[in-house]
Amino acid sequence: MINLPILPIFIPLAAAIVLIFLSKNVVAQRAVSVFASAATVLAAFIVMLKVKDDGIQTVDMGSWPAPFGITLVSDMLSILLVLTASIITLCVVLYSFRSIGSGREAFYYYPIVQFLLVGVNGSFTTGDIFNLFVFFEIMLMSSYVLIVIGGTKIQLRESIKYILVNVISSAIFVIAVGYLYSVTGSLNMAHISSRIAEIGTDPIITVLAILFLIVFGLKGGIFPLYFWLPGSYAAPPAPVLALFGSLLTKVGIYAILRTYTLFFFHDQPFTHNILSLLALLTIVAGSIGALAYRDVKQILIYNIIIAVGVLLFGISLMTEDSIAGTVFYLIHDMIIKAGLFLLGGIMIYITGTSSLSKMGGLIRQYPALGWTFLVASFALAGIPPLSGFVGKVLIVRAGFEAGEYTGAIVVLLSSLVVLYSVVNLFMAVFWKTPETPLPKGKKQTISLFIPAAALVALSVLYGVGTEAVYPFVMQAVDALIHPEIYIDAVLKE
Amino acid sequence: MEILMCVVAGLLFAASVYMMLSKSLLRIIIGTGLLSHGTHLMLLSMGGLKKGAAPVLGEHAASYVDPVPQALILTAIVISFGVTAVILVIAYRAYQELGTDNMDQLRGIDTDD
Repeated sequence: MINLPILPIFIPLAAAIVLIFLSKNVVAQRAVSVFASAATVLAAFIVMLKVKDDGIQTVDMGSWPAPFGITLVSDMLSILLVLTASIITLCVVLYSFRSIGSGREAFYYYPIVQFLLVGVNGSFTTGDIFNLFVFFEIMLMSSYVLIVIGGTKIQLRESIKYILVNVISSAIFVIAVGYLYSVTGSLNMAHISSRIAEIGTDPIITVLAILFLIVFGLKGGIFPLYFWLPGSYAAPPAPVLALFGSLLTKVGIYAILRTYTLFFFHDQPFTHNILSLLALLTIVAGSIGALAYRDVKQILIYNIIIAVGVLLFGISLMTEDSIAGTVFYLIHDMIIKAGLFLLGGIMIYITGTSSLSKMGGLIRQYPALGWTFLVASFALAGIPPLSGFVGKVLIVRAGFEAGEYTGAIVVLLSSLVVLYSVVNLFMAVFWKTPETPLPKGKKQTISLFIPAAALVALSVLYGVGTEAVYPFVMQAVDALIHPEIYIDAVLKE
Repeated sequence: MEILMCVVAGLLFAASVYMMLSKSLLRIIIGTGLLSHGTHLMLLSMGGLKKGAAPVLGEHAASYVDPVPQALILTAIVISFGVTAVILVIAYRAYQELGTDNMDQLRGIDTDD
């Protein structure tokens, strides 16, 4: 047994604790943050190579053998998402230097970002359902601080609603875990899966599936539980928004993907039909929002909801192709959303507003920013050979093969809506002549631009280098489609 | 006994929903407190009550209650305690900054600030 899988959780945790004591020294905080984030990326990369060579890695915490103790499980899906999340956090930390403001920097911004990474990486890695709840709470607690830090009026107002929604969903999560424990008598996810396979299609399992869908749907922002998302996400500044938009909702999606492939795959005609219906409604609701708003933040936020719908539709089909598409699209969406929000943050920084009607003509002074944003927009819409294409084409093809014509067509149409909304955004911000002339003099944006452009470049590489990523994703899909692989690796039968 | 506990938990949920539907922020926070109490009671009765002696009494105890739900409740209580503290602080700060604790006035359509 090796302890490698714990490193991507432990490094940010240790860094966060050190950072708390460095709160007065901003330069030291920045240095430690960057060093820790880079170390996390490196650790995640090493674990990924290890998983690629030797299969699923597990760590029994405190040497209590599974299923009695808490087990950390790094399968390919977990570690790919951990790696992506760590890279995004590194870029966001670099971006924060010039954008988050000295007030926030002095009040524990950097430690909280590291704690958020602990929660996110932990949620991806854990193999214990109650431990998942605990890591969710770590993540949520950090997000409560991040959403309110700075203490502007809009942040205080929105953070109250955000916290209330999440407190309620946490309570439902605990109840659902309690029910699951009373039905299966275990908390280890692999053990639960094998116990549920013995029970089969008992109605209580279906009830549990819906309960978990409500819990994770509230975090992930699926229809009709996304109502809190646009308001709350618009409140914090751009780097925090990038973290939220790319990591938090995706943790919810990961949890749905994990539970619906590991636990609740016995009564598919019921549960996965509900999932598919909700996915399509989510896409429609997101599309309406993305078309209706004339505000940089809101347009990008509603694009999160569209992506959530596409991912859910991929999960609901439950074929090898669709799950592969979902994994591809999940990683793509995390990277590109972070990049887009960071680019959007630069636009807001330059113009001092997020309203489209007050922007315009940026392309003269900031051509690099404009073209990078356009590339990111195309990647988001899924234009080949950029990164969104592969995931979407797999999901749509699986949809047609499964006879879900409506769903597949809605996903295809949603690409058009995405393309229209972001290109519209591009035209309004960069092309059209502004009504009020721009402030004279070019603002210094290079230190903001580099991390954002790095994410967009990574996304382009991910799209062009699909061939190289393919074996990794297929290994992840293999363990999702065949839960036995996961169960055997954890319980070592 | 389990049925009684379930009824009590249900009553707590009902009270918490009632509190959370009111307009005053403080009542809503008390509502979330009641919600977590109800949840914890629910969790306690999930392991079965009154089965026998205290849990960790060695390998040869004739019967003992399930210790896992108790461990879970302990964790959940600590978390809900922390969250309640955070939300109280933020609610107080919001009241100072925004000058109201009425949820109707906290809707936020305007884009101030």
